[in-house]
Amino acid sequence: MELQHVNIKIFVDGDLAVAPARFVDVFHEWVREQSLDEMLIDVADYRHVPAGPGVMLIALEADYNIDQTAGRWGLRYNRKSAIEGTNHDRFRQALAGAINACHLLEAHFAADGPLTFSRDEFELFINDRALAPNTPETYASCKPEIESFVMDVFGHSDFALTHHSDVRSRFGVNIKLTKPLDPKVVLDALQRNA
Amino acid sequence: MKVSSARWKSRLDGTIPDQLAQEIDAFELEIELRLQDKVDEKIFAETRLRRGAYGQRYDNGQRFDGTETRQLAYPEKSSKGPGTIWDAPGMLRIKIPYGGMNPEQLEVLADLAEEYSDGIAHVTTRQDFQLHFIHIEDTPTLMRRLAAVGITTREACGNSVRNVTACPFAGVCTDQAFDVTPYAHALAMFLLGHPDAQNFGRKFKPTFSGCAQHSCGLTAMHDLGYTAVTRVVDGEEQRGFRFVVGGGLGAVPDQAKLFDEFLPPEEMLPIAQAIARVFGRHGEKKNRSRARMKFLIRNWGMEKFKEEVLKERQSLPDDPRWTEYLDGVADDVETPLKPAGDFPTVTGNEAYDRWFSTNLREQRQEGYVTVSVALPLGDLTPDQLRALADIVRRFTNGTVRTTVEQNMVIRWVSKSDVFDLFEALTGAGIGEPGAGNILDIVTCPGTDTCKLGISSSRGLTAELRSRLAKKSFEMDEAISNLHIKVSGCFNSCGQHHVSDIGFYGVNRIVNGYQVPHFQVVLGGQWEENGGSYGLPIVAIASKRIPEALDRITDYYLRMRQKNERFTQFVTRVGKGQIRQVLDDLTKNRPDHDDDPSFYSDWGDPREYSTGDVGIGECAGEVVSAYQFAMTDAERMVFEAQLFLDAGNVQGAGTEAYRAMVRAAKALVQIKYDDVADDADEVVEEFRDRYYDTKLIFDPFAGGKFANYLFAAHSKVGATFTSDTARHAIEEGQLFIEAVHGCYNRMRTAGLSESTEMS
Ligand code: SF4
Repeated sequence: MELQHVNIKIFVDGDLAVAPARFVDVFHEWVREQSLDEMLIDVADYRHVPAGPGVMLIALEADYNIDQTAGRWGLRYNRKSAIEGTNHDRFRQALAGAINACHLLEAHFAADGPLTFSRDEFELFINDRALAPNTPETYASCKPEIESFVMDVFGHSDFALTHHSDVRSRFGVNIKLTKPLDPKVVLDALQRNA
Repeated sequence: MKVSSARWKSRLDGTIPDQLAQEIDAFELEIELRLQDKVDEKIFAETRLRRGAYGQRYDNGQRFDGTETRQLAYPEKSSKGPGTIWDAPGMLRIKIPYGGMNPEQLEVLADLAEEYSDGIAHVTTRQDFQLHFIHIEDTPTLMRRLAAVGITTREACGNSVRNVTACPFAGVCTDQAFDVTPYAHALAMFLLGHPDAQNFGRKFKPTFSGCAQHSCGLTAMHDLGYTAVTRVVDGEEQRGFRFVVGGGLGAVPDQAKLFDEFLPPEEMLPIAQAIARVFGRHGEKKNRSRARMKFLIRNWGMEKFKEEVLKERQSLPDDPRWTEYLDGVADDVETPLKPAGDFPTVTGNEAYDRWFSTNLREQRQEGYVTVSVALPLGDLTPDQLRALADIVRRFTNGTVRTTVEQNMVIRWVSKSDVFDLFEALTGAGIGEPGAGNILDIVTCPGTDTCKLGISSSRGLTAELRSRLAKKSFEMDEAISNLHIKVSGCFNSCGQHHVSDIGFYGVNRIVNGYQVPHFQVVLGGQWEENGGSYGLPIVAIASKRIPEALDRITDYYLRMRQKNERFTQFVTRVGKGQIRQVLDDLTKNRPDHDDDPSFYSDWGDPREYSTGDVGIGECAGEVVSAYQFAMTDAERMVFEAQLFLDAGNVQGAGTEAYRAMVRAAKALVQIKYDDVADDADEVVEEFRDRYYDTKLIFDPFAGGKFANYLFAAHSKVGATFTSDTARHAIEEGQLFIEAVHGCYNRMRTAGLSESTEMS
């Protein structure tokens, strides 16, 4: 089963301690500096929408946003362009994109934050209902692949996978690690394997 | 083709009406051919527009990042149209005739917003939906998924018949003459893809209203405006429409003119067809800025226009569709899910009380209400769309509509369900109060995504909303009932002309820097179908608009007479007086270094620019002379308004013309210091130096604004009517904006005064 359009959401730890307006400034700066791997285009500000996409950094190949959907703040990486290779490659690419952005944001706000992203929980979605309708069958078929990817990246199997089962939602799972990850180490590992 | 696109295509095979399926296949092929350079880019551009695929800001591959203009390095170098890069994301406009939707459609829209756009579905001022940041290759798949639930994007943009709008309360409104829904539906279906509606020089907008006194249909600002009326003949009630034509907002708004006091339903479709043919044949094709139907009517006069249309009507071959739909026309086609009821008793719930006071409206059917879902800036998330679909299913038989105020209306809610429905909406984050009051500001996309945006209409709206939200329920009712509308430029997509207080984006030079501004537009009327249009009184820096709004509303509250409505108040005290209240906001601007935020727009930290302009490079004597002259010109056009308000139409028209000449002279002086005051000389020099050289040409509107000057100059001494005087003022104001624009472009291009004069 080919899975494209991978989304990763890494939750903010605790409450969002940084005013959402600050992300507008940071994302504009990132566009100016072209700070990420993708071609960054613009910033879309949806702070006025309750439980919405918050502040978005629009890129050609992917979007990043400081996101409040489902009522929890987090950094979402939404891959739009197709990626060649295996599903593992695509999971890896999206997770690296998300962790890298979290890492940069933490560093940016280190002085006046604190802004920290979860070390032990994230979500993985397939934002494509043709490739991955959100059904038990899709879950059954994707689960082994997701598990092997998580084991591969984090080097252990101490995690719990929970399927978001609302049939109308995108296919998605919550991944809860029992051992907190070191983002730097994970990022290095992801990038080494890329 | 993407794997998922291919899957959708085969999965939806057979579920889409044949004709539509073929059209989408053809469009998909045209995308392919354009990529191979086998279709001309201009033809492809109009093709995609007629399919609803629109351009978006920065799709020319350039973006000013606050310090300089940078190229966006899109990989694919092909184009979707002149100056539009293939890979640049764009907007898809989705037509929702009369705003009518069902839960299945809401769910599909949710999925599309999530999978292809930036996770937001946006309701427009024409009851459409828009999705942004869409890639052109994905559009056929979006179209198929929409078509499978009965929605089309066809003719949502381009020179075509745009979405047919109508009152969202049609059929349930206490004041309606009759339900206009089936008529709006019939017109939308009849004109969609009709061969006689494919040859326009510009767009064409129809609307329906169930009554004359409210604003829901805004018939006065449409190309075709149908207001339901009845009459009794031989003791029998007959239905018909008060039919007006040739209205429009845009840069220079026109009120629609009466075509027929009572157009019988059997004539509605053939007359619309005849108008489409006449407009297609005789409407302007070359000069886009004069191609709307209102210009044909202006040129011909209403009498000749009507004569031509009626002649055309007589020559039309009979079409059974003209009357077939009438068999199915009956009131109350929608039915309720739940029995009628009474409001539940709810105490001590302030949020509910507020929401109840603004978002509910009694239906004509006893025991039922409509519920407005107030959407901030017209935006909804996919989760909210799905929740709304659930709510609509739970409480109604699937009856929900979009509104021109960028909200949704749930119809046929039993009064006994109102509290449960409120809780369900609140749980989904869409239970905000304030529908239709001052908080419910209408806004166009502005600089967020529109290629023509000058100032950030959405940024300003978000700012005003967050300030007003804190106090709107403590406000005097006279204030909280005001309507505010915001457009990012003079094109008026935010409908700023038909609100109590309107704003539209302009730019100004302050201390050598560009600064986003908004023209404050007062005196427009939302009621009576957009019964009168406001006029701009002064341009104020964006960051000072909240203060300007406070002052206007405070002044109104202090000075209004008992029960005096805002429009009446503006007329009585006069715009001059109100302008004085705002006067100091146009002065004492902070230095750039002291307050750089003044030099950026709301919600956008970049230093402001209307183009790719360098900053602060131009100063000195000549600039001062230019600014001095432009201040004069702005004062004169304002005085023209005061004349108009005082009933001196001749003085108004003449002063507006003089203001144009003054502004023209401001530019001429930059290149030719010794130009005389004589209007002939100024206009001649202006033509020579700015028009023939195209320096005055707006990047999008071309020489349109300069032509206002030439036309006014050719008519010196003519008699003005209140209509033509009003046009002269609007045109005068736009010409002044064009002069500002030209001046800014010259600075940017380094054609500074000193270079040019040496
Ligand atoms: S009013 Fe101007 S900025 Fe707003 S959408 Fe229309 S053209 Fe764009």
